[in-house]
Amino acid sequence: MADLTQVLAAEVPLSWYLILSVILFVIGAAGFLIRRNIITVFMCIELMLNAVNLSFIAFSHMLKNVDGHIYSFFVMVVAAAEAAVGLAIILTVFKNRATLEIDEVSSLKL
Amino acid sequence: MDVVLFLVFAAIAVGCALNLVLQTHPISSALSLIGVMGSLAVLYLLLGGEFLAAVQLIVYAGAIMVLFVFVIMLLNAGSEKRPSKKVLRTAVALPLLFTLAGVAAYIMATQVPRTEAVRFGGFTAGPYEVGRALFTTWLLPFEVTSILILIAILGAVVLARKEI
Amino acid sequence: MNFYLLTLLKMALTAFVLLTCCAYAVWVERKVLAHIQLRPGPYRVGPHGLLQPLADLIKLLTKEGIVPSYANPFFYLLAPWLAVTLALSAIVVIPFTPEFELFGVRTAIGLTDLNIGILFLLALSSLGVYGIAIGGWASNNKYSLMGSLRSSAQMVSYELPLAMAIASPLLLVNTLNLRQIVEQQGGFYFGFLPKWTIFAMPAPQILAFLIFLIAAFAETNRVPFDLPEAESELVAGFHTEYSSMMFASFFMAEYANIITICCVATVLFLGGWHPLWPAQYGSDFVPTVLLAAAGLILLYHAAQAARGRRWDRFTFPVFGVLLLALSPVFLVPMLKPVLIPFFWFVAKAGFLVFVFIWIRGTLPRFRYDQLMRFAWTFMFPLALANLLATGLIVALAG
Repeated sequence: MADLTQVLAAEVPLSWYLILSVILFVIGAAGFLIRRNIITVFMCIELMLNAVNLSFIAFSHMLKNVDGHIYSFFVMVVAAAEAAVGLAIILTVFKNRATLEIDEVSSLKL
Repeated sequence: MDVVLFLVFAAIAVGCALNLVLQTHPISSALSLIGVMGSLAVLYLLLGGEFLAAVQLIVYAGAIMVLFVFVIMLLNAGSEKRPSKKVLRTAVALPLLFTLAGVAAYIMATQVPRTEAVRFGGFTAGPYEVGRALFTTWLLPFEVTSILILIAILGAVVLARKEI
Repeated sequence: MNFYLLTLLKMALTAFVLLTCCAYAVWVERKVLAHIQLRPGPYRVGPHGLLQPLADLIKLLTKEGIVPSYANPFFYLLAPWLAVTLALSAIVVIPFTPEFELFGVRTAIGLTDLNIGILFLLALSSLGVYGIAIGGWASNNKYSLMGSLRSSAQMVSYELPLAMAIASPLLLVNTLNLRQIVEQQGGFYFGFLPKWTIFAMPAPQILAFLIFLIAAFAETNRVPFDLPEAESELVAGFHTEYSSMMFASFFMAEYANIITICCVATVLFLGGWHPLWPAQYGSDFVPTVLLAAAGLILLYHAAQAARGRRWDRFTFPVFGVLLLALSPVFLVPMLKPVLIPFFWFVAKAGFLVFVFIWIRGTLPRFRYDQLMRFAWTFMFPLALANLLATGLIVALAG
């Protein structure tokens, strides 16, 4: 019972958050390399951005400074802009080539 | 309680991220990514980022991912059939990536001061603090991002026209 | 321990009341629509169809739940669960009454009190689209897919004016905490005009309220914006393939969303639990008078020659006496600080729910391109202009 209360009262080391961020980033990067569907590749990029946001916010907590939150806020804005343009590009690619396989969209001309 | 919450939601995040990469159907990947974002929002709350946690759900999970799901449904994208032909690239890149992960994790574990611990409520950045920083110190970048969004809207409109 | 016990109790009570309200909202909707069209509506099960929700529940529970053979079973079953969970969890931040002390316990009706209550509600409402989108996609049916595509585009579009309309009253009250928002709206101008945000002095938010209400119709997929389930075009839209409890979950989610969004409108614009006019002019006696009047009307009808149903001769006096007996409860001094604010909150939210049904009985459905054009070329600029004007006025006045 004493162990349980100790576990419940324990604090999380900051490095755990940073390691989680690293793990998520690497999973995203690996997905970026092994997946072939354009949309999934795009989602892996979003995963990497999320991982970076987590480390920004963790550092913000460490420095007791709100700037890290502002950075992640800007990352989200850029991600939104990127998603709008990127998905429009994906739609256009699909309209012209009828495929979402990233390896088949390798030629510059039709 | 902090440790339990962290471990649970970190496990959900990593599980969903792995599922994102391993699933072949884009819709499954999209929903896994939403799961990652939701659990990250909880972790932001634990780190005191009230505002960012809400924005994460509203903007990321509620707007950007809806766009993804919408496009996947619109194109009726099926699952990937064959594995990638670029075997060499994968064979070289993946070990490198895992090395990177190991090195980065080692640096994080050793360089970040041991005394740094996250206690819920130790530091809070609510809407008031974030807004104050955003509209005083970071006013110019904030205005520039609005122009960036305008450009993105124009780009999307141009790309969505019929002729291209 | 006391806190956890109390919270668990309140959670159970809130869930029970919300689910019952959802079931009876269906009954009220059918009755009101029927009376708009000069029909009696549900009449057979129980007095005036009062047990109809129970009958519907039993019917839906005992039906066979079918998973179509080409559907994706995991997502097909996930979607209704997602829809109903998100819809029901939004109620936790709504404050129904101010804090009161009863039997030595200090508490309030309402589950939690978040600093970012409004943002939490916006987050839940923006996630609500997934239930519908995934349900329609997983059914593997073209009508369902059309319904869910329409629904996701519509909900994303109308979220913008909704958020803008929410932002402008926030400029007046200076907080995101729902309880504090209501507390800011107490008091009266000139002794009779309530200080609700729709009347608030530097910049009255009537326009924002109307925009919020219209966007709320679109967010909850109600007539005139019920394109995702337009039965004349899409069979039944996104839930065409669903049956049994899965269908009931979608149905319940829709009504829970309506109730929640009416509560939000009440909190943000209509002053939450604050009465319509000051207590010194007798606003505390309104619930008593209303209940007593309803009881007397029922007794009067019971005394008339029996029309309609044979059972009315028995049920009318019973319900009339019941209402008459209930009416003095609102005068008990110990219960007054709970029941009077709660009555005003429920009255306002209930009136808004009635408006939802009233509009459904009145307006035809939009065409899809009209719906999108209305959102982007009319609602959004109007909401933006209102927000800018409010900000300017508040900055100049404050």
